[in-house]
Amino acid sequence: MTMAPGNTTMSKDDIILKVEHLSMKFGGLMAINDFSFEAKRGEITALIGPNGAGKTTVFNCITGFYKPTMGMITLRQKSGKEFLLERLPDFEITKKAKVARTFQNIRLFSGMTVLENLLVAQHNKLMKASGYTVMGLLGIGGYKAESRRSIELAEHWLEMADLIDRADDPAGDLSYGAQRRLEIARAMCTEPEFLCLDEPAAGLNPAESATLNKLLRSIRADAGTSIMLIEHDMSVVMEISDHVVVLEYGRKISDGTPEHVKNDPKVIAAYLGVDDDEVEDVIATVESLDGGANG
Amino acid sequence: MAAVQNSSTHPEDNLVQKGIKEGIFAGVIAFGLFLLYIGVVTEQNIHNELVYRFRWFALAVFVIIAAVGRFLVVTVGQPWLAARKADAKNKVADSGESALKKALPKLALVFLLAYPMLAVGLAGPQGSLKYVDNFGIQILIYVMLGWGLNIVVGLAGLLDLGYVAFYAVGAYSYALLSTYFGLSFWVLLPLSGILAAFWGMILGFPVLRLRGDYLAIVTLAFGEIIRLVLINWSDVTKGTFGISSIPKATLFGIKFDASKDGFAALMGLAPSSAYYKIFLFYLILALCLLTAYVTIRLRRMPIGRAWEALREDEIACRALGINTVTTKLTAFAIGAMFGGFAGSFFAARQGFVSPDSFIFMESAIILAIVVLGGMGSLGGIAVAALVMIGGTELLREMEFLKVIFGPDFTPELYRMLLFGAAMVLVMLFKPRGFVGSREPTAFLRERKAVSGSFTKEGHG
Ligand SMILES: Nc1ncnc2c1ncn2[C@@H]1O[C@H](COP(=O)(O)OP(=O)(O)O)[C@@H](O)[C@H]1O
Ligand SMILES: [Mg+2]
Repeated sequence: MTMAPGNTTMSKDDIILKVEHLSMKFGGLMAINDFSFEAKRGEITALIGPNGAGKTTVFNCITGFYKPTMGMITLRQKSGKEFLLERLPDFEITKKAKVARTFQNIRLFSGMTVLENLLVAQHNKLMKASGYTVMGLLGIGGYKAESRRSIELAEHWLEMADLIDRADDPAGDLSYGAQRRLEIARAMCTEPEFLCLDEPAAGLNPAESATLNKLLRSIRADAGTSIMLIEHDMSVVMEISDHVVVLEYGRKISDGTPEHVKNDPKVIAAYLGVDDDEVEDVIATVESLDGGANG
Repeated sequence: MAAVQNSSTHPEDNLVQKGIKEGIFAGVIAFGLFLLYIGVVTEQNIHNELVYRFRWFALAVFVIIAAVGRFLVVTVGQPWLAARKADAKNKVADSGESALKKALPKLALVFLLAYPMLAVGLAGPQGSLKYVDNFGIQILIYVMLGWGLNIVVGLAGLLDLGYVAFYAVGAYSYALLSTYFGLSFWVLLPLSGILAAFWGMILGFPVLRLRGDYLAIVTLAFGEIIRLVLINWSDVTKGTFGISSIPKATLFGIKFDASKDGFAALMGLAPSSAYYKIFLFYLILALCLLTAYVTIRLRRMPIGRAWEALREDEIACRALGINTVTTKLTAFAIGAMFGGFAGSFFAARQGFVSPDSFIFMESAIILAIVVLGGMGSLGGIAVAALVMIGGTELLREMEFLKVIFGPDFTPELYRMLLFGAAMVLVMLFKPRGFVGSREPTAFLRERKAVSGSFTKEGHG
């Protein structure tokens, strides 16, 4: 089965995540309102929008931390197996459906070493190999071999994230940028097919940002993992994403290639901001659009 | 101290001034606080009327203590502490483990193996009883309980205030099943552990959703429920009378009594209860070693890492596909199992169990040992148990205090006072317990201890 997006013509196989009519209500607040989109396999999909638009809430629905009020979230694995994510408990979404995520405010096991963080991520695999602890405790079965393999996988991702020299340091001791990369490496150690990154570049300096971009590209290229990311830094979005979805007040306002979205007047007005001399132009455009819609 | 000496005299003057100011302030506050409590005393006179009089001298003593104490704290205590802190910061760099520190567990084990022999050699069989039983066994029981609770509190970060319940389940399992059904100690030891683990799960289920304070309260209540059941289910447990003449443990079927085929007779030794105690000492030592071995092994297994990860961040655990429900339940169950082992040992040692042995204070002491030792650290917890339990046992020995405080003075009564004072002191100087750092469970190039400032205590 082919994975590279360019090689196959558009077919159902190309879609890894399909979100249909997703709505999430917090009390009286409609944080997400009838939101639908599709993410293609092997692509980097960016979800953008102003603060409070509901981006993190979308992630929380996909990864099972919130149960959506309405809507259907379908994940289709390479093998063709399909999962309805809104019906799975959060940990099974990672374990069975192979969706991994990071958090807007980094959540590392700060008192454990960098290596240990990556080993915890391989919990389910190791648990099975250790015969659910019993066999491993008695020293029988393949736990030792699996444990060695898990360290190799951890090493691989440490190399990729440029953290190999810090492997034995506490995660809480890393710099902010390194912590961001470690969180991504840790998510990759769960061997996901779909990776959700919540503002991975927030707070990074340009050099760290560049390292991050490199890491994301290599994830897509080497591991064949499809990525969805929330990002504020437009240069990052335009540079690495294949597909952009724009959210405002819980509604989708635009969806398409970075080029398309960049030139969408609704997006410009809502999010990108505009040059001073273009303001009037944009307002006129938006007003004529609104007028059309109302009248 | 260097910092204080090097500084010019000006800050020192300042310090004295500040000390006097704060001293006077403390004196005024003490005066206000103690005026009614200490300064005024009410008594009944012969006419049965309530009269009051002032105790100016006693009040003055309290006020002066407060004022002078505060002055000393400000002028001497605080600069010293600050200097210490600065020292400690400089020392962090060379925190490499010395060879001695590495050999310490082995030395301790050799000492423990030889300990009963030493006691018998130095004090004779009868004289050794005190050292083997009151000190040795007593401390080791708490070491084992501390290590068992450490799995729940220290590793998984679930605050359990009712741990003594599992100790009670183990003790009563042995007491009841051996007196009613005549089952042997060696059958009942694992069974008690299993039963306690089962109760650990029963407790675990309802509290899974609770965190922090709520979890602590519910576990506390669970401990009380078990105790109240033991008191009130008197048909089976004989209530507050407790269960007595519980059969002793045997060594491969050999009994420790004065009979013809008892241990002493078989070995050609003079009959003495010391042999049973020595046997019990080695038994509890073996149980402790088992607990330590299992804990060390489990920490390096995925389940142990998941416990620690749970303590660090539960949400991240769920995002990594870890089933936090089963992870918490296994922590409760395995922690409870060791409590159950210790409980059945306790019943076999005492020959008598009653609900009085399983009061909340016991849970509190075990938790205090875990916290003082440094959560998660086996060595630290063992030291804490040695200091706390050994210390309180030592109090009993301090007859000479009677000379100072009068013949009515019973030092044991001050047990809790000292326990509390020791806790406050340790927490002031070593807020992470005796051993604040954490040993990583895996490493790529070198094993570096993780400083306590990075680890979390868990939120429930
Ligand atoms: N657990 C929650 N309870 C109530 N309101 C929430 C919750 N989570 C998010 N919200 C609200 O939903 C809206 C969208 O939030 P969020 O998804 O975090 O925005 P974004 O990530 O796009 O900045 C905000 O108004 C926020 O206050
Ligand atoms: Mg957000």
